[in-house]
Amino acid sequence: MRTWYFLLIIPLIGVLIPTFYNKLDPELAGIPFFYWYQMLWIPLSVAITVLVYIKTREPKRGPDDA
Amino acid sequence: MRDTNWTALIVCTTLFVAVSALGFVASRWRRAESLDHLDEWGLGGRNFGPWITWFLLGGDLYTAYTFVAVPALVFGAGAIGFFAVPYTIVVFPMVLLLAMRLWSVSHAHGYVTPADFVRGRFGSPSLALAVAVTGIVAIMPYIALQLVGIEAVLRTMGVGGHWPIIVAFTILAAYTYQSGLRAPALIAFVKDTLIYIVVLVAVIYIPIKLGGFDEIFGAADEKFDKSPQTTDGVLLANTQTLGYSTLAFGSAAALFLYPHSITALLAARSRNTIKRNMAALPAYTLVLALLALLGYMAIEAGVTPLTGANGKPDNNTVVPLLFDQMFPDWFAGVAFAAIAIGALVPAAIMAIAAANLFSRNIWREYVHRDAKPAEEAHVSKIASLVVKAGAVAVILALEPQFSIDLQLIGGVLILQTLPPIVFGLLTRWFHPWALLCGWAAGLVSGLLMLYNTANPLTGKEHFGGAQYALSGLGFDTKMTVYTGMLALLLNIAVTLAASLVLRKAGAPREADATREHDYHVEAGDPDAKPLPGTPDELAPARR
Repeated sequence: MRTWYFLLIIPLIGVLIPTFYNKLDPELAGIPFFYWYQMLWIPLSVAITVLVYIKTREPKRGPDDA
Repeated sequence: MRDTNWTALIVCTTLFVAVSALGFVASRWRRAESLDHLDEWGLGGRNFGPWITWFLLGGDLYTAYTFVAVPALVFGAGAIGFFAVPYTIVVFPMVLLLAMRLWSVSHAHGYVTPADFVRGRFGSPSLALAVAVTGIVAIMPYIALQLVGIEAVLRTMGVGGHWPIIVAFTILAAYTYQSGLRAPALIAFVKDTLIYIVVLVAVIYIPIKLGGFDEIFGAADEKFDKSPQTTDGVLLANTQTLGYSTLAFGSAAALFLYPHSITALLAARSRNTIKRNMAALPAYTLVLALLALLGYMAIEAGVTPLTGANGKPDNNTVVPLLFDQMFPDWFAGVAFAAIAIGALVPAAIMAIAAANLFSRNIWREYVHRDAKPAEEAHVSKIASLVVKAGAVAVILALEPQFSIDLQLIGGVLILQTLPPIVFGLLTRWFHPWALLCGWAAGLVSGLLMLYNTANPLTGKEHFGGAQYALSGLGFDTKMTVYTGMLALLLNIAVTLAASLVLRKAGAPREADATREHDYHVEAGDPDAKPLPGTPDELAPARR
């Protein structure tokens, strides 16, 4: 269950290495790659966090559950 | 002086008055028996569910200053200003686990501030004091900056003088005093709704009016081509890439450490609430990204920033001016209200956070050790007034540029509390004295580096920015790095080395008041302390 948390590193790799995305092309609706690529990571990071949330959801704990 | 835009001013003032009324009514909202307890006044009863927490954290973390300054930076320098986007993307995955652990241990022990936690974990009042004082010092200019956001809006509407800000902050101080954290929580609903409406309208309507993003980026490119600087442009210069990512990463780490973020986190009802919010908060990042692009739209629209008090163009007025130029007057008024009210929510939470640090970790620890909960709450309320008066005084007495510099320094300072708080949440291996040494090393080196950073553009010799040239450390490169991260690296190295030595030497240390189990407590667990509670472990240590 804990290994799911490692997925949270993916958005960091995605946006913290600007050398990979610091370019103009391909454009999207007139917006340079640099901008739409980073904005694309907003829904992607949400999707990953939601996945982690679902996979690590803590069951309702009873009195015995430590 | 600009002509007064009466329509916008009336709309904006009406919304402002309505929201202030809400702030006073908030004391009755989800009413507690008494507000004479820090859990109530300072943390809103520790009972905010997922929705309220989402609005509260969103209203807290994405401040008015962010909304004004990020597009201003994009307007002035281009791509580097977009760092706010990766910054607010990575912050949530980065802090998810830490935030849950902090919430649980604070819930189990009744901690109100990050310094409370450090005190319990390491048993060291001096380390807790270091964390508390750093937090207060770092947050003061942040509050003052919220006023810079309001001032930009007022000047665009053609309202001069300082009195409107004094009035606004007096009202803010009054309802924060009365209602505590409930006031910003309730107002955050209005603020965020307004912001979402304004931004959605702006990013659909303005690009259509300007002829599409092709035109917008074309105009930006043209502007940066003409400028003599090498560090502006639609893309990052090669020497900026490391600075860009370290600034994003460092800012994300700093955001979690700021006392006001932790206050809003601890006000959540449950662990689960926190976790859900970490997935839902990036909705605000989308808003921020779209707002950042407004900087380019202002270039295409030919906006000329108003001249600031120092005689230089004040880029912070760019977004208000764009709204003023593009929108009908009444909607510009709504947009201005969104920014102005947007300043009040974080300012209130920051003042509460600073006040809690004072009453818990300074007053109670060093002045009156037997302070009862009612006295703590009272001290906090008074302290929140002092903090706000201080922020207004800073703005009135000093140039706005000075508070911007202070805020820059504040970010570097708060990052130096990372080892005690973040490492402390994960392990107790580090020795408290070593953490203190590391903290001091980080502070001194960070301040020295900031002091030695010149900015040829603004003609400043010192405190010219938070990007430190690696050539200053003897590296043969033109790369720059976020100063806070360099200071933090030194901080961590010193903490590590000193811990090894102190552990080897068997230096004494206090016991840990927390157990690993405490870091996993969920609301409603049988061993979760019924709230409100007083931190138990502070009692024996006081003898």
